[in-house]
Amino acid sequence: MSGGREAAIAVSGLGKSFGETMVLENVDLTVAEGTVFALLGPNGAGKTTIVRILSTLIAADAGEARVAGHGVIEDPDGVRAAIGVTGQFSALDDLMTGEENLRLMADLHHLRRAAGRARVDELLERFDLVDAARRPASTYSGGMRRRLDLAMTLVGSPRVIFLDEPTTGLDPRSRRTMWDSIRDLAAGGVTIFLTTQYLDEADHLADRIAVLDRGRIVAEGSADELKRRVPGGHVRLQFATPEALSMAAELLETDSRDDEKLVIQVPGDGGVGSLRRLLDQLDDARVEIDQLSIHTPDLDDVFFAVTGHPTEEEALQK
Amino acid sequence: MSALTYTLVDSRTLLKRNLRRLRRYPSMTLLLIGMPIVFLLLFVYVFGGQLSHGLSSGLAGGQLGRGGYLNYVTPGILLMTVAATVQGTAIVVAMDMTSGIIDRFRTMAIARAAVLTGHVLASLIQTLASIAVVLAVAVALGFGPTAGALDWLGAVGLVALFAFALIWLATALGLAAKSVETASNTPMFLTLLPFLGSGFVPAGSMPDGLRQFATYQPFTPVTETLRGLLTGTHIGSHAVLAIAWSVAIALGSYVWAMRLYKRRQPR
Repeated sequence: MSGGREAAIAVSGLGKSFGETMVLENVDLTVAEGTVFALLGPNGAGKTTIVRILSTLIAADAGEARVAGHGVIEDPDGVRAAIGVTGQFSALDDLMTGEENLRLMADLHHLRRAAGRARVDELLERFDLVDAARRPASTYSGGMRRRLDLAMTLVGSPRVIFLDEPTTGLDPRSRRTMWDSIRDLAAGGVTIFLTTQYLDEADHLADRIAVLDRGRIVAEGSADELKRRVPGGHVRLQFATPEALSMAAELLETDSRDDEKLVIQVPGDGGVGSLRRLLDQLDDARVEIDQLSIHTPDLDDVFFAVTGHPTEEEALQK
Repeated sequence: MSALTYTLVDSRTLLKRNLRRLRRYPSMTLLLIGMPIVFLLLFVYVFGGQLSHGLSSGLAGGQLGRGGYLNYVTPGILLMTVAATVQGTAIVVAMDMTSGIIDRFRTMAIARAAVLTGHVLASLIQTLASIAVVLAVAVALGFGPTAGALDWLGAVGLVALFAFALIWLATALGLAAKSVETASNTPMFLTLLPFLGSGFVPAGSMPDGLRQFATYQPFTPVTETLRGLLTGTHIGSHAVLAIAWSVAIALGSYVWAMRLYKRRQPR
C-alpha cells in the first residue's frame, strides 16, 4: 500500500462482452474508503454487470479490479471475506424463517455460537423484524424481504457493501426506511457501492456519483457537480389568459414562453425562498397564475445533459 | 482452522440447511417414496402370482408363489427407491441454482465444495431413510431376508455407496438443467433401469439385445449383490462390478458437477 491508504474499490480499463454484445467498455472507477458511491444509469446500462464482476460472480474480459485491497481474479476469497452483496433479486431462503436465514449466515461466517446469536438478535431488532423472526421468509412483504436481505448481508460485518438497486420496486415508505439504513451504515464507516436508476436516491445517499451509459462512464462527480450540468430545473407557470402570460413574461424577463399553452418556464430549483420571491413579484403586479408546478432534474435530464441522448425508456415513450 | 476444517464446517452448516428444507417440503419426499411402494404392491399382488412361476426356488428364497416373488423383487424395489429419491436431489439442486441465494453463497468466502456436498449429504440421509421405510413395508408384506449381521452391514454399505454415486449424478443433472421442470425429468430414466435389468425378472428371460443390455448395465450387478446379501442368492463377480460401477459413476459425476458449478453464470 504505497501513497497512503488504498482505495476501497479501484477499477481500471474494465471491459466485458456477452457474445457479440459489448456490455462494459473501458470503465475506470475509484471509491475511497468509508464513502458512498452511486452508479447511476438506466436499465441495461451495465450496472449489475459491474457489481457482479466486483463481487467475484463473473470475470471481466479486460482490465483490473481491486476490492478492499484484493484483486478480484487473483484473490477472490480475499475479496469475498471483505464484502457483502445485496443483489437486485432477493437472495434469501423462502422455506426458512427470517431468524434461520440470519443464523445460516452467522454459521457460514464461522461466528461462535453466542456471538452469532447476539448478532442475529441485534440485526432483527435493527431491521424491525423481531415480530416476523419466526415466520417463513415466503410470507414477508417486499419491504421486509429487502430488509432481511440487507440484514443477511451485514451478518459478517463487511467492510465494503454492494447494493444493486436496493429500492427498485419498493413503496415510498419502505424506500425511506432503506435509505435510513444505508445512511446508518455509511455513518458507521463502511464503504458502500450502490447502483440506482433514480437521481434523487443517488443525491440523498452518495458522496460521489458516476453516470453509466451503454457500458461507459459518461460523467462523474458529486451530486451538486452533476446537477450543475443539468439545465432542467425550472418552475412552470400556466395562465388563464394571453394577457396575463404577456405581463408575466415581461415581468420575469423570460423568453421560454409557449403562447399556445399559455405557459412560461422560469429557471430555478423550486426552493421555498426563490418560489416566494417569484410569487410576490407576480402578486405585486396583480398577475393571476392559473397553475404552478415545479420540475426538478431527474435521471432523464442528467442523462440528456451528459450524453446528448435520452435514456432508452424515455426515447421509447416518445 | 485449516481449509479442510472449513470445508467440513461449511458442509455441515449447509447439510443442516438442506435437511431443514426437506422437512419443510415433505410432500416431495412422500411422493418420491410413494412410487416404489406402489410398484412393490403392484408387482407382488397383481403380477407376483404369475411371475413367480418363472422363478427357480433358489431365486425365490426357498418360497413358492407370491411370497417367493416378494423375496425376489424387494432388492430391485429398494434400488428403485434410490433412483426415485435422487430425482428429488436434482429438483432441490435446480431449485437452489435458480434462486438468488446461490449467488449470495458464491459471493461469500465459503469452502468451494461445501454447497454441493451439503446437498449430497442431505440427499444421502433422505435416501437411506426412504429405503428404511420401503424395506419396512416389504417386511410387513412378508419379505423374509436371511441375512446375518455381516450381510446386513454389507447391504447397507452397498446401498449407501450406490446411492452416493447416483446422488452425485443427479446433482450434476440438476446443475445442467436450465429449469426446475427439466431437472425433475432428466433423472427419470434412472427409475426405468431396474426394469431393464434383473430387478423384476431375471435378465436371462429377455430377448437378444435387451438381454445383453440388462446383463451389463450398472443396476444389474448392484441388484444381484444386494439380493445375494439379503436373500442368499449367488453373488460371484457381481460384487466387484457393483463397487466398480458405483465408484466410477460417483467420480465421473463429481467431476462433472464441480465443473458445472464453477462455470455457472449468475442469474
